[in-house]
Amino acid sequence: MSIAMEPRTHRGAVGVEASAKPVVNDLVVTVATSNGTGSQSANLILMRAIFGMGIPVSGKNMFPSNIQGLPTWFTVRANAEGWTARRRDADVFVAMNVESVAEDVASLRPGAILVITKSLASYVNRDDLKVHVVPFDELVVPVCKDARLRKMVVNILYVGVLAHLLDIEMDEVKNAIAKQFAKKGSAAKLNTDAAVAGFEWAREHLPKQNQLVLRRTNSTAGQIIIEGNQASALGLMFGGITVLAWYPITPSSSLCEACIDYLEEYRRDPETGKATYAVIQAEDELASIAMVVGAGWAGARAATATAGPGISLMSEIAGLAYFAEIPAVIIDVQRMGPSTGLPTRTCQGDIWKAYNLSHGDCKHPMLLPGNMAECFEFAAESLNLAERLQTLVFVMTDLDLGMNSWMSQPFEPNLKPIDRGKVLSDEDLARVGEFARYKDIDGDGICYRTLPGSKHPNSAYFTRGTGHTEAATYSEKPGDWAGNLDRLTRKFDTARKLLPRPIIKLAKGAKLGIIAFGSSDPAVEEARVLLVAEEGISTDYCRLRALPIGSEVREFIASHAVVYVVEQNRDAQCASILRLECPEQATLIRSILHYNGLPIDARSIVEGITLGEKRSRPS
Amino acid sequence: MTSATIPSEISEAPRKVGQSNRLNLELKAYKGGESTLCSGCGHDAITSAIIKAFFEYGVEPSTVAKLSGIGCSAKTTAYFLSRSHGFNGVHGRMAAMAVGSKLANRKLVHIGVSGDGDTASIGLGNFLHMVRRNVPVLYLIENNGCYGLTKGQFSATADKGSIKKGGGIVNQMTPIDCCALAIEMGCGYVARSFSGDPKQVVALLKGALAHGGTAVVDIVSPCVTFNNHEGSTKSYPYAKAHEDPLHELGFVPFFEEIRVDYDPGTTTVVKLADGSLITLKKLAHDYDPTNRSQALDLLNQSSVAQQFLTGLIYFDQSTPALDEQLNLVPEPLATLPEARIRPPASALGAILERFR
Repeated sequence: MSIAMEPRTHRGAVGVEASAKPVVNDLVVTVATSNGTGSQSANLILMRAIFGMGIPVSGKNMFPSNIQGLPTWFTVRANAEGWTARRRDADVFVAMNVESVAEDVASLRPGAILVITKSLASYVNRDDLKVHVVPFDELVVPVCKDARLRKMVVNILYVGVLAHLLDIEMDEVKNAIAKQFAKKGSAAKLNTDAAVAGFEWAREHLPKQNQLVLRRTNSTAGQIIIEGNQASALGLMFGGITVLAWYPITPSSSLCEACIDYLEEYRRDPETGKATYAVIQAEDELASIAMVVGAGWAGARAATATAGPGISLMSEIAGLAYFAEIPAVIIDVQRMGPSTGLPTRTCQGDIWKAYNLSHGDCKHPMLLPGNMAECFEFAAESLNLAERLQTLVFVMTDLDLGMNSWMSQPFEPNLKPIDRGKVLSDEDLARVGEFARYKDIDGDGICYRTLPGSKHPNSAYFTRGTGHTEAATYSEKPGDWAGNLDRLTRKFDTARKLLPRPIIKLAKGAKLGIIAFGSSDPAVEEARVLLVAEEGISTDYCRLRALPIGSEVREFIASHAVVYVVEQNRDAQCASILRLECPEQATLIRSILHYNGLPIDARSIVEGITLGEKRSRPS
Repeated sequence: MTSATIPSEISEAPRKVGQSNRLNLELKAYKGGESTLCSGCGHDAITSAIIKAFFEYGVEPSTVAKLSGIGCSAKTTAYFLSRSHGFNGVHGRMAAMAVGSKLANRKLVHIGVSGDGDTASIGLGNFLHMVRRNVPVLYLIENNGCYGLTKGQFSATADKGSIKKGGGIVNQMTPIDCCALAIEMGCGYVARSFSGDPKQVVALLKGALAHGGTAVVDIVSPCVTFNNHEGSTKSYPYAKAHEDPLHELGFVPFFEEIRVDYDPGTTTVVKLADGSLITLKKLAHDYDPTNRSQALDLLNQSSVAQQFLTGLIYFDQSTPALDEQLNLVPEPLATLPEARIRPPASALGAILERFR
């Protein structure tokens, strides 16, 4: 698998090669290395240095499911307009990996700048590239005395070389190194020396190009760079999680590990060491969701995080949580494909399955964060919604959101207050006297519950996944069963009103609508601008932030001649759900589908909509 | 002679109707719904023993969480302690659900009722991992060697050579010994008993309640409908004829101080986490339940010889319970107020600084 397998567009967000004037603050750098060589640090330093110059950036890591030795690519996109979606063609390519170099070189657009390590120079078989051969293996020797560290330190050399070629300020490179190795002073010095060595060598030996340049600006002031898994972990911690049960799986593991670190730091009494949370690394995902449901039943704010294979194992207990009405949260950091698929590639392929996870009639509210602030906010709010709705709530992120580097405004600290939902205390019970666990007192489908440990003699009830009456006694009566399912439907309709509203953006004169969600958002926003500029097509945009949909989405669909649903899966999973929700408009819904494992790019959306519109135009 | 606090006839003395326990509750406060199991089911005898043990030990029903998986055994949590919250969950997952529930509210006394299918087959992994975490749960296995609710298939605890009802089919496979596995996983309270020996069952259950960590009590409980025939080693007649108690068990709860003289040559006293005592009066076996390798040897030999040994097989309270390992606050996590589970906004600001 190589990112080189993707067709070239020969056209970026701006037509780079067509321009004689220097292109300022708009470029894509891709670095090809071998995983396990520490190149991730170098790439983050490169990205942070550009960010430090005030230029909007994003970082996408295309890594293998492997610990050491397989090809890995990291793409930094710098864009003055703030476009952060992946862009297909690299303007600058750093080739460090023998495994992928042949395909890498073949994949480059004409005119691209290629920085290539000397030992691979013989692979350059094209004359339409601007090639810079760098003797990285020789340069690293005087910088790094310890031969064992050289394969890692060599990576920081290319950061120095790129700093020269692209006008990245070395002070920002040094700042980024200091930040990256904040806890390891010796590593910081070694890497700084290496970056400077690369920079100095390039200054002496490489001609300065003036086609692509980076210049200091102030577009990133006050912003942070964070990964969605860290943001979600923070959301859980500030959302008041009390039990986290998890099983390691890419790409969700770093979410749980970040959460453990935050909890350890902020939710443990510094004097007594006592924790207001419990984390269990479970034996499998069956156990992690069982622990979450057991904890939710007993009154904890409990969550787990996993990916597609874990969701499959959680299926049976998802149904129990739905039917017995137990609060629970699953954060699904979606990855590619069925079975183990491509564990280190992104997609939105669990939407359909998660929405109806389990057997019989089940449907689960799901939150669809589309940026870092929402990864934070929705993780926190999912705990509230689970308790308010007394059901399993999904938070659907993906590998692109979860493990890539995204810019964001700092998160707002004003989260909604912690909501425990309809829990009857002993005092409440003493006042109201009667209690029937599954009786819909308020007409919203949400019943009252008591927590184990309540003292009132009427508080105890028996929870079961089997048929039950309003009073939680065993029942196989048809009326009890159907009545309960109908009430659960009412509860689902209540959820529509409690979930985050969509974000709708209207353009003047637009007849087309776009619906998208999650990590597709930056690509959609960029595509809308490109569609106007290149094709004269204006679009309205509805970004879903939750399922099931509410009235605004229905109205959005009904008010457009055609709606393109953009999603990152093969089977148009979200579009299918929308068709079921809006049967009258079902034929107006078209799909733009992206499912090659790489994060969606704007060009794919532009091409999809342009093609769709050409097809539907009368000839 | 040595002096210690040991029982005379405390746990064994039948309580009279209307008699109250230390909480001033009568036995009926510990009862549950009507059993829907087959008449004569061993599980119903165990249910009665649970009611008696909780009553005699004086557990406040509202402080109990009852959990179960799926199967005949799982139904029984509805038949006792109707004033306790109960959760009849998913097949094989009760152990993991109990982990979550206990962490949510460590003040609750947790009892999990499982069966041999629920524990030794579908839920084996969850069972073992619960045990190795040392979650304070009284984990009770109602072991009948078959799947009763799906009409009598062999379970993984069926002995080699057992004959299925209707004849012909002989179990060829090695049985899973849940007690041996529990000891391997570090369980500090492992017992085996027989539903037809209520006196021993009640004493073992009270001991389990007084233990601070996971307590596994594996009780052979004949299925009168599908596994009570000639050729079954889990039938009532077979168990009755073959039960071989390791010792005569007594239990002294911590709240009953009775000084009795005993002979250390014939009686061993085990002190439990809450100060209660178990007394083990020597019978035919010379057995020390605090010796791990002896316990495993015993189970191994009795399995080969198909002996049905009952009693307290292993005891050790050196391992801290899960909630202690995690150093949880003493209050239930479930009811901590917002101020204790949401750090201040300044904390968020400080964390986000790291991402600038």
